[in-house]
Amino acid sequence: MEEYFAGKYDVAIVGAGHAGVEAALAAARLGAKTCLFTLNLDKIANMPCNPSIGGTAKGHLVREIDALGGEMGKAADKMMIQSRMLNLGKGPAVHSLRAQEDRALYHILMKHTVEQQENLDLKQAEIVEVRSDGKGGVLGVTTHLGAFYEVHNVVICTGTYLKGIIYVGDRKYESGPDASQPAKPLSESLKTLGIKLRRFKTGTPARVAKDSIDYDKLEIQYGDEHIVPFSFETEGPMVNKATCWIGYTNEETHEIIRKNIGRSPLYSGKIEGIGPRYCPSIEDKVMRFPEKIRHQFFVEPMGMHTDEMYLSGMSSSLPEDVQIALYHSVKGLEHVKIMRNAYAIEYDCCDSLDLKPTLEFIKVKGLFGAGQFNGTSGYEEAAAQGLLAGINAARRSQGKDEIVLERSNSYIGTLVDDLVTKGVLDPYRMMTSRSEYRLILRQDNADMRLTPLGHEIGLIGDERYAKFLEKKRLCEEETERLENTTLKMSAELNEMLEAHGTAPLTEGVRASELLRRPQISYSDLAPFDPQRKPLPEAVIEQVEIGIKYEGYIKKQLAQVEQMHRLEEKKIPEDIDYKAIHGLRLEAAEKLDRIRPMNIGQAGRISGVSPADVSVLLIYLQK
Amino acid sequence: MSTVAAISTPLSASGLGVIRISGEDAVSIGEKCFRPFKGGKALSTLKGYSCAYGRVFDDDGDIDEAVATVFLAPKSYTGENTVEFSCHGSPALLKRVLRAALSAGASPAGPGEFTKRAFLNGKLTLTQAEAVMDIISAGSQGAGRAALALRDGALYKKIRKITEDLTSLQSHLAAWSDYPEEDVPELSDEAIGSVLKEADCVLKRLIATYDAGRIIREGAVIVIAGKPNVGKSTLMNLISGRDRSIVTSVAGTTRDVVEESVLVGDIPIRLLDTAGIRETDDIVERIGVDMAQSALDRCDAVIAVFDSSAPLDEDDRRLIDKLKNRPTVAVINKSDLEQKADVDFIKSNFEYCVTISAAKGDGEDEFREALGKLLKTADLDPSEPIMANERQLDCARRGEKAIAEGLDALCAGMTLDAVGICIETALDALYELTGEKASDAVIEQVFSRFCVGK
Repeated sequence: MEEYFAGKYDVAIVGAGHAGVEAALAAARLGAKTCLFTLNLDKIANMPCNPSIGGTAKGHLVREIDALGGEMGKAADKMMIQSRMLNLGKGPAVHSLRAQEDRALYHILMKHTVEQQENLDLKQAEIVEVRSDGKGGVLGVTTHLGAFYEVHNVVICTGTYLKGIIYVGDRKYESGPDASQPAKPLSESLKTLGIKLRRFKTGTPARVAKDSIDYDKLEIQYGDEHIVPFSFETEGPMVNKATCWIGYTNEETHEIIRKNIGRSPLYSGKIEGIGPRYCPSIEDKVMRFPEKIRHQFFVEPMGMHTDEMYLSGMSSSLPEDVQIALYHSVKGLEHVKIMRNAYAIEYDCCDSLDLKPTLEFIKVKGLFGAGQFNGTSGYEEAAAQGLLAGINAARRSQGKDEIVLERSNSYIGTLVDDLVTKGVLDPYRMMTSRSEYRLILRQDNADMRLTPLGHEIGLIGDERYAKFLEKKRLCEEETERLENTTLKMSAELNEMLEAHGTAPLTEGVRASELLRRPQISYSDLAPFDPQRKPLPEAVIEQVEIGIKYEGYIKKQLAQVEQMHRLEEKKIPEDIDYKAIHGLRLEAAEKLDRIRPMNIGQAGRISGVSPADVSVLLIYLQK
Repeated sequence: MSTVAAISTPLSASGLGVIRISGEDAVSIGEKCFRPFKGGKALSTLKGYSCAYGRVFDDDGDIDEAVATVFLAPKSYTGENTVEFSCHGSPALLKRVLRAALSAGASPAGPGEFTKRAFLNGKLTLTQAEAVMDIISAGSQGAGRAALALRDGALYKKIRKITEDLTSLQSHLAAWSDYPEEDVPELSDEAIGSVLKEADCVLKRLIATYDAGRIIREGAVIVIAGKPNVGKSTLMNLISGRDRSIVTSVAGTTRDVVEESVLVGDIPIRLLDTAGIRETDDIVERIGVDMAQSALDRCDAVIAVFDSSAPLDEDDRRLIDKLKNRPTVAVINKSDLEQKADVDFIKSNFEYCVTISAAKGDGEDEFREALGKLLKTADLDPSEPIMANERQLDCARRGEKAIAEGLDALCAGMTLDAVGICIETALDALYELTGEKASDAVIEQVFSRFCVGK
């Protein structure tokens, strides 16, 4: 193929899904001349699976993206059609925001945001080659039409497009998600660079016609009355525009699945890719949990200008005729009309152990990976990595130190550390239980944890930062005031305390002491705390959680402190583990493969014992 | 680096034994378990390279007389602040001193840790350091073997049962909070509380039986004490079943400390027959009395013998006073003769009291039973798992503390995210005890036990 020189960029992003969009916006906003390549301009920030953003731990990720200056939260707030805060009552660590989105409008908004971004060019072209500079770095990228762009920092965000194959029963064909064209030659080019690739798979349920569902047989699910936005910058009232429904499978559904399980490409062994445990198909659920007599599913609208409805929890790779039969066996779906069938998709992804915590490949300088290409699942996980990879690609192009987020300051840091230190065996989904520090990594305080960093690197503007500092000041002042304000004992106060099932007072007590009682809220104390000034809700939330959970938060901070001491002990990049006397072979091999940046990370690698860490410490002191 | 402590001399009966505490807080930790004799200077006021003479003590009282030597950084073996207690070389005592240091804030030192620190602080040369690394890797292999032995043992099974129950509980909580839209059943506070209480109970028992377990494994040092001629040697001969001590009716016959290894039940005991404690002008007897005093200070338990055929005198009362708060079996001897002593007074001072005739062998069974109870080994099933060392004890204590905090949080009505954090902290400590790495066990179980995800 004839090739031509098409130009020069600081950063190139390959793929414009949720990872690619965040990467491109971040790099451009940090001043890097950036180009975002996509196979199809009409698929930017597409949601080929759930029309929703957030959920447990994923909602945390979206808020962290926003706190650092990313885009997902703002777009999700604007295109939200139903919003719910999950897990209320289970404790602030696990409160998680989830919103149904208008899929088409979300795409349009994101595309326009990218188009309007200074320093950012958007091009429809298939990248078929990442060219090596012959010195362990990247020289540039080539399109399917032979355009060569010189660029030394490239972020791969290929999602499920890379050598994508769709399976429906015994039918299989090359395809990207949502009947799009897959990316093929890039796979070979990456292998030439020394990147190991493997096959993962995921799946999606059918989209069905709105008026073919019998809603009387389903439970309705409304959004929250009081809506909390994802973005710390979103202001003004938000309203729910749509509802969802809940239904259940039954024995007949399960019988249809069991009878036809041999026709599933997974069970007949046609799919070699490894599927996500967090997101099993309906046939997986039925086969793995035979004792369950019913499985729950949700009916979610795809948007306000379409009649397509998404059957969440009913993904399948069974043949289309079996899909129809099994959906029709469900109460409420007896006459359902399938508009898009369910399918499984298999794709190439890298082994995340080959990445550094900056998301750059250990062995190819300037080549970054983000999103499903790194072995994760979910729009939010993808966007979080895209943001970090975009920041680091830009900083690298500017000769600045790359940034690493920590397990102790964010879910993003936890996600990345899990990827690059522990590795993944199936597509990785974020969960609150993955964070050992979850009482301090709450969705409500993402700004407290990350906005200073966002400002420092340049993604958060001065105006927003000033607002943040003001919020922080109000939080600190009110906390201090409550610690120093004594509430007088009174019959009314004791009446209130007893009504909440807690002990009455025998003398005056500091307001903070009462707030520490799990049963007593900030607003309960209002009538007894006359000096109280009106404060924004977000400030009250911070103050209340900070005081109520103070003991636990302090314990977590002590654990963080311990971890920090280990993480301060850096390991030089050129260390030769095989030359370290006293290190067990297994440990030396693991360390050599993963190349941890510090002792803390080394200690988290499975197969590296505390004794190995001691040996390493001694070696480093030499 | 944290401050660490360990017994630095071989763990066998010997003249002297040394406990070393090293690290930034060594002096303040040392001060929490050492009291200088009257007129002596507090450890924190001492210059480097200086000593104080006094007593090491813990919550239960004085442990031993010791010389405390203070080294100030960088002039010490490790290059850090260091306190060394030179005590008497009884393994049981040394371990108690070590535990006192750990409760005062030190962490147990790993194998070769002092040497490692010495190297890290530039106190050792490269070649010396090479040697240290050999020691450390040998240590870890040894630890590996120990962990392997532990794996098959009853203790491993017992801890494993707790970690399994807690992991199962925690994975349920994880599934419940990470998949709120799925029908994962909610756990009642009672269900969570019962798992935590069960684990807490097992751990408390393990911690409580640690001393008894050590005694069963390593034996106990027991001193027979009493004023002259109350029948100490006769009692020793009765227990050991042979004439080990010379028995005469002349007060002060036993001048040296006579030692005998005997079995009481299944417990190996080093029984020390001492000179009768009394005020004396006889120089030789005086030395014997001093040795008896020092043996008394170092032992695990005391058998105090009284002659019931004579009224209690000053020497008896001094002994009663001295032993009041020590683990003691009071033996009221010579039950075959006319009773003249105030037996009720003795009984009011000691929890364990038996009346015997050592000469005739009456009351021997009751005596052995009382001794077993005193050593808390009486109700310890020999097959019951016991912890092997201070490190395991430290892990079990941390685990127990976290579980107790979880129970507190639950009772107070805190949300379950706070309870979950306590459970995870406990799991970390217990996995450390069995030498495993707390992995992603909880998350693995979420997917294998619950049908979640869409």
